[in-house]
Amino acid sequence: MKKLLNTLFVTLPDTYLSLDGDNIVIKQEEAILARYPLHNLEAVCTFGYAGVSPGLMGACASRNIDLTFMTRTGRFLARVIGESRGNVVLRKEQYRISDDDQRSALVARNMIIGKIYNNKWILERATRDYPLRIDADRMKKVTASLAGAMQQVREVEDLDILRGLEGAAAVQYNSVFDELILQQKKDFYFHGRNKRPPLDNVNALLSFAYTLLSNDMKSALEAVGLDAYVGFLHRDRPGRASLALDVMEELRGVYADRFVLTLINKKLIHGKGFYRKENGAVIMDDDTRKIVLKAWQERKQEKIIHPYLNEKMSWGLVPYSQALLLARHIRGDLDEYPPFLWK
Amino acid sequence: MLILITYDVSTVDREGRKRLAKVAKKCVDHGQRVQNSVFECILDSAQFRRLKYELEELIDKKEDSLRFYNLGDNYKKKVEHMGAKESYDMESPLIL
Repeated sequence: MKKLLNTLFVTLPDTYLSLDGDNIVIKQEEAILARYPLHNLEAVCTFGYAGVSPGLMGACASRNIDLTFMTRTGRFLARVIGESRGNVVLRKEQYRISDDDQRSALVARNMIIGKIYNNKWILERATRDYPLRIDADRMKKVTASLAGAMQQVREVEDLDILRGLEGAAAVQYNSVFDELILQQKKDFYFHGRNKRPPLDNVNALLSFAYTLLSNDMKSALEAVGLDAYVGFLHRDRPGRASLALDVMEELRGVYADRFVLTLINKKLIHGKGFYRKENGAVIMDDDTRKIVLKAWQERKQEKIIHPYLNEKMSWGLVPYSQALLLARHIRGDLDEYPPFLWK
Repeated sequence: MLILITYDVSTVDREGRKRLAKVAKKCVDHGQRVQNSVFECILDSAQFRRLKYELEELIDKKEDSLRFYNLGDNYKKKVEHMGAKESYDMESPLIL
């Protein structure tokens, strides 16, 4: 299995990133802040204005290092990618599946099963771990209905029905998500998902975590030679990485939601770290963003056993391994796409 | 794994000084300069072999010397730092 390399996050404003030999050099007003060898990095992610030299862009593209630009609030702006990897035959087959609703549905339903299964597991595990703090009856009702939804999804061969079932399951899961927040309830609560802009602290955190995950997912798909913008469940739309969003469905809960819950429940972040703009948008301050990024990198280093591949790997390689499995299915080496079913 | 590279390149003549600059450049490309002629590099075994070969090509074996210390994957317990020139840890979160 591929080795998980480090990601460099640049959150300081007024920095300039350039190339010196095989090093990335980070400068602030001519002073060199840091210098890192490129072969230790797999991604560079900058927030806010940070200039990058064309030389560095070229070096990143040719070494397959992902270079991403985001706004200070973590909204995605642009990425630099090199030549498409992998082979055309694989990508053309991906397009054929994407154009065929029924074949798309067969792949997409496995992703949805993965999503519902993982979300059900999150709820069950929370009920088991904190039986006295969580409304067990309410939880049981939700998990039972999720189990039912999974049975239905298994039979579906139509994309619209699939989207409907997925939406209904998401509503069920979201209805009890607030129960999983056990600490700092005054500052962190969940009354439903809102985005662009997120209107409360939890939604701000979720949006940020999803952006980080989708970046990892996009580069993983491109690394195995798939086109991140041509999806099966999500419709094509310019600028939307539909396939990344598809595969992310099964990881949102176990990867991003649980990460956000850990930050809150372990009190790594606090309500003071967020502020509200005039339009109601909630934004985290620079220190909080740094804490979140650090915790994200540490989570990526944690080791798990991949339930399907049965191989020990770091969490950060899960998007890559799912991309690999999807490519194998598209190529015809696997009869079905095996979603990530977390145990 | 962490490889510690140290070198001694003779600088009595111009050729030597040229070699020194080349060796230093090669090391900077691969790792962190922790002291003047001491580098810590995180490499995999293929990268290590290649770097070793490239450095060997640069030096003059009659005059200069190179030493490689392989500290393995669990190097964190084996390294201790005192005094000035704080170093960074290439494998922990890099956030600026």
